[in-house]
Amino acid sequence: MIEVDGLTKYYGSHAAVRDLKFRIDRGEVIGFLGLNGAGKSTTLRILGCVLLPTAGRVTIDGFDVVRDPHEIRKRIGFLPDRPPLYDEMTVEAYLSFVAELRGVDRSQVKKRVADAAEKTGCTEVLRDVISSLSHGYRQRVGLAQSIVHNPALLILDEPTSGLDPVQIVEMRELIRNLRGDHTILLSSHNLPEISQTCDRLLVINKGEITGQGTEAELADKFGGSAPTIEIEIIGASRPNTDAALAALRGVSGVKSATVARESGGQALLAVSAPLELRPALVRALVAANVDVLRLDRSEARLETTFLKLTQGKESN
Amino acid sequence: MRPTLLIARRELSAYLRSWTGYIVIALAWFADGLFFNAFVLGGAEKRSAEVLSNFFYLSFGMTVIASIFISMRLLAEERQQGTINLLFSSPVRDTDIVLGKFLAALAFLGIMVVGTLYMPLMIFVHGKVSWGHIAGGYFGLMLVGAATLAIGTLGSALARNQVLAVILTAAMVLSMLVAWMLGRVTDRPLSEIFMALALFNQHFIPFQSGLVHLRDVVYYLAVTYVFLFLATRVVEARRWR
Repeated sequence: MIEVDGLTKYYGSHAAVRDLKFRIDRGEVIGFLGLNGAGKSTTLRILGCVLLPTAGRVTIDGFDVVRDPHEIRKRIGFLPDRPPLYDEMTVEAYLSFVAELRGVDRSQVKKRVADAAEKTGCTEVLRDVISSLSHGYRQRVGLAQSIVHNPALLILDEPTSGLDPVQIVEMRELIRNLRGDHTILLSSHNLPEISQTCDRLLVINKGEITGQGTEAELADKFGGSAPTIEIEIIGASRPNTDAALAALRGVSGVKSATVARESGGQALLAVSAPLELRPALVRALVAANVDVLRLDRSEARLETTFLKLTQGKESN
Repeated sequence: MRPTLLIARRELSAYLRSWTGYIVIALAWFADGLFFNAFVLGGAEKRSAEVLSNFFYLSFGMTVIASIFISMRLLAEERQQGTINLLFSSPVRDTDIVLGKFLAALAFLGIMVVGTLYMPLMIFVHGKVSWGHIAGGYFGLMLVGAATLAIGTLGSALARNQVLAVILTAAMVLSMLVAWMLGRVTDRPLSEIFMALALFNQHFIPFQSGLVHLRDVVYYLAVTYVFLFLATRVVEARRWR
């Protein structure tokens, strides 16, 4: 669906992105990950036909962003980092305007607006003036405008930025629910958050792609020796860490298992093992009579992976 | 044409919902009314046609000043609010964006200009003027307004914010207003060029008397076209930055 080859964009003498190359297939949900200023927004703005590239070739559905931007714009929905909202309009009037602007037939506008509002949870504020909306609702209306014409490709630039934790979870759910209807490309500087929504990640650093793949693939490649899994266990007086470590080390595929922290009746174990082994680890602990409170992917490993990806280039 | 009208419709409704629009209209009507009362109706006895001519002279200034303020938000506000990204990522041409914005501003100016109609009508109480004189004068005002709005559209496309847009537009309009002064201190053919370029002077004075010359109509339409064309080019160039 999207093919990018040698994409370069200069602002004066500063290269915002340099020689980017990647491909996105139809139906994929792709996370574009990088620190602030890494070149994410510039790339997304070029894909959204807002900005023209300095060099390179970008095609969407076979159409070139420089030669046929009009055709591409009919096929995309774009939510910039700041939702493009007209404060004085009501949500309904705004969405109707966007639908007509994006070529939706007049007889279909009402239905499309209702659909987009329902999918993004904006139905109850349709009659409200946009200036009176909370930040969370503004972001939702921004998402609604990007899907109101039912585009094949959705480009969302930091859709969760500025939202509180509850709103982030809601926005993540909304985006997940759009999966299947659209190819989605979304950007973020938060690895754990983006990895929960996307099939595959593209990591960008200083205008260059430094890694791509699933979260597990990236973690295997860049996570180094950091533990992959955290397990919290509990005991009557003190947790039976010796039995737990022995049980974990007995599972084939486990590279290491150590006690990261122990206090009171609880202990946190750090395990280096493929993520697919998680069910086997739980079974081994239960068989060894160890009470498990929680098992999760290791935050430390995600952090290590992210830091390596955003501070250095892919080594091979 | 549909995207142009869509953008124009939205823009016009934004004018009608914003305080700025009403403040500009109210101030223009207030000043126009005040000056009409003080300078046009007052003083020595005048013929009706002279009164009407003076009214159009005053209204020229009001129309130009109001147009500068009406046009300041057109594109600068879209950039300030980030809504330009919506227009840029939609299947509309840059010409649609510029033309839609300009037409909305022109319609708004039309409302303002038509609102002053009661003043020339008052002349009928004690005097008599021809409807052709009134129509010719108003046609001239709209042409001047269109030209100034087009200059303002360019100013608004160039500026980062609305304050800068006003300053830039005012500077451009002022340069075109005083071009005749340069015409007086230069030799031919420069003097003729400056005279022909001046926004007021030789092009508006005939409209004051209700005279519509094709030469003047073409001049104002050409100014409008050139500045809208430049504004479109500036908007296109924004896609590179």
